Amino acid sequence: MTPMRATVVVRPKEGILDPQGDAVQHSLRKLGFDVSTARVGRVIDLELDAETLDGAHQAVERMCADLLANPLIESFEIQIDGS
Amino acid sequence: MSARPVVAVLVFPGSNDDRDAAWALGAVGAEPELVWHDTSELPEGTGAVVLPGGFSYGDYLRTGAMASLAPAMDAVRRFVADGGPVLGICNGFQILCESRLLPGVLRPNRQLEFVSRDVRVQVENPDTIFTRRCTAGQQLVLPIKHGEGAWYADEGTFVQLAARGQILLRYDEDVNGSLGNVAGVINEGGNVMGLMPHPEHAVDPLLGSADGGLLLAALVDAAAEHVLAPA
Repeated sequence: MTPMRATVVVRPKEGILDPQGDAVQHSLRKLGFDVSTARVGRVIDLELDAETLDGAHQAVERMCADLLANPLIESFEIQIDGS
Repeated sequence: MSARPVVAVLVFPGSNDDRDAAWALGAVGAEPELVWHDTSELPEGTGAVVLPGGFSYGDYLRTGAMASLAPAMDAVRRFVADGGPVLGICNGFQILCESRLLPGVLRPNRQLEFVSRDVRVQVENPDTIFTRRCTAGQQLVLPIKHGEGAWYADEGTFVQLAARGQILLRYDEDVNGSLGNVAGVINEGGNVMGLMPHPEHAVDPLLGSADGGLLLAALVDAAAEHVLAPA
């Protein structure tokens, strides 16, 4: 088993209303930034042990399906770094 | 009249309406029993289960997501598969959606504000074990108090649910951005209901409304029937 780091980015799915993102966008405009869209998601950093990068990726994918993201409203991206 | 049916009220870390739910269930004829989340079996002779309101696990990650993995929820899944009636109130509704026992998901209120007040909800379908003491179109006055009560499902699912009578309650106004003003839904099997308003806080006219008693008393009826049902 090799220690690895994984980063999961969870985002509100495209087309899903994101009131938090809208509030952030409005505030950025108030600050004078010409921002047309803001979407707020979540970053989850994991340290885990796995045999291979592939194995780690599969495990993290299952974590996303089982807990880290709700597929009805969220999409996710996984990045794995073997150290 | 037989003995009072046992209604299990699950308690998660952060639940805060468990005792109110137990009190209200007692007031409408049940024998309520509080059940801790790490219990893997429901009490002997349980006729119905209530998942109460609150902020289980601090609403970490997504509301209800952590609680859906508790050992007691495995017992609830078996109970549901066995046809047992289950009612989720507020955080309980969120837990049932995250457990995939109910369709859709509860999202942060569109206005990003916590809403705490009485609302009117309309009974869309009185032909279920939970709403059978109500009439079609009846308006119930119930309190809501939530920050994440905007129910959402994709368009296809929503249309299908409406066609099948699975939308049980709708707000008579847009209170939180909930799709179709949905306040409560039922599963396809007809034995799991979730709603954001709090019937347990509306069982006495002194508290402004006794309309919640209609839903809870129906649940107690269903609990008695489930206990008597042949295995």
